[in-house]
Amino acid sequence: MEDNFQSAEAIKDIRSMMDRSSRFISLSGLSGISAGVCALIGAWLAHPYVFGQKDYIIDEPVAIAQALGGDYSIILNTWLFWIAAGTFIAAFLSAFFFTWLKSKKDKTPIWGITAKRLMINVSIPLIVGGIFLFRMMHFGTFGLVAPGCLIFYGLALINASKYTLKEIRYLGYMQLVLGVINLFFVGCGLYFWAVGFGILHILYGFYMWQKYDRNNSDK
Amino acid sequence: MINPIYNLNKLFDSRVRLGIMSALVVNGEISFNELKELLEITDGNLASHLKALEENKLIKVEKGFIGRKTNTTYMLTRTGDKEFKAHIDALEKMIRAAK
Repeated sequence: MEDNFQSAEAIKDIRSMMDRSSRFISLSGLSGISAGVCALIGAWLAHPYVFGQKDYIIDEPVAIAQALGGDYSIILNTWLFWIAAGTFIAAFLSAFFFTWLKSKKDKTPIWGITAKRLMINVSIPLIVGGIFLFRMMHFGTFGLVAPGCLIFYGLALINASKYTLKEIRYLGYMQLVLGVINLFFVGCGLYFWAVGFGILHILYGFYMWQKYDRNNSDK
Repeated sequence: MINPIYNLNKLFDSRVRLGIMSALVVNGEISFNELKELLEITDGNLASHLKALEENKLIKVEKGFIGRKTNTTYMLTRTGDKEFKAHIDALEKMIRAAK
C-alpha cells in the first residue's frame, strides 16, 4: 500500500532528524589526531622525569620547605606538572582549532545548543576525576594517576557519545579497558597513558577523518 | 487543512517541514544555520518552508545578533508541538491499520 510506505518513510525521516539534530557533528577527525600527537610529545617530554633520569623538582630548596609545610603548591614546583598542563592546553587548543575549521567550512555555529550539551556532559566526569586524582596524589598514590586519567576519560567519552558522533563511545570503551589493565601494572603508567591518549586518539581521529571529513571535501 | 480520516496534517506533507519540526521537538530551539546544515538545503528553500510554518503559528521566530551577524532562532509554539505529535500518531495509526 502506497500510503503505508510513505508513512513508514516519514517516520524514518523524523527519527533520523531527531537523532542527528541532537548531536554535535562538527567534531573533526583531525582534532583526534592532533590531540594524540600532543599527548605523545608530552609523554616523551615527561619520560626522563618519570623514570628518574632527570630530577622532576624545579627548585630543590623551595620544595623541601613546601614538603615540610605540607604545602599544596609543591605540585607547581615540579616539571611534570608544567608538562602535563602544557600538553593538556596544546591538545585542547589544537583539537578546538580543527573542529572550528570544520564548523566554519560547514557554516555551522560552533557554539550551539549541541556544543553546550556536549561540553557539560564531558566536563562532569572529567572535573570529578581531576579532583579525585588530585587528592590521590596528595596521599602519595602516584601510580594510580595514569590509570585514573584513562578510566575517567573513558567514562567522559562514553557519556559524551550521546551528544556527538556515536563512534566516540568505542574510543571510550578502549580507554576504560586500558585504564583497568593499567591498574595491575602500576609502574608502566606512562606507557599506558601514551597508548590511550596518544595512539588511540590518532587511530580514532584517522578513522573518523576517513569516514566523515574526507568524503565531505570530495563532494 | 486536516485530513478528516487520518488526522494527517497537510502542512507536514514535505520532508523539509518534517525535518524542521523533528529538530525543534528534540532541541527546543535551533538557529537558521543549524537547520540549514542539518537539512542540507538552500537558504531560499529553507526560508520559504519556515515562513509557511510560521504563518500557521506552528513555530515562532526570535531575531538576535551574535556580534554583528544576525542570528535567527526558531522554536515550536504550543500548537506546533500538539499538531506535530498528532501527526506522528496518525502516521503510526496508518501503518498499524495497513498491517
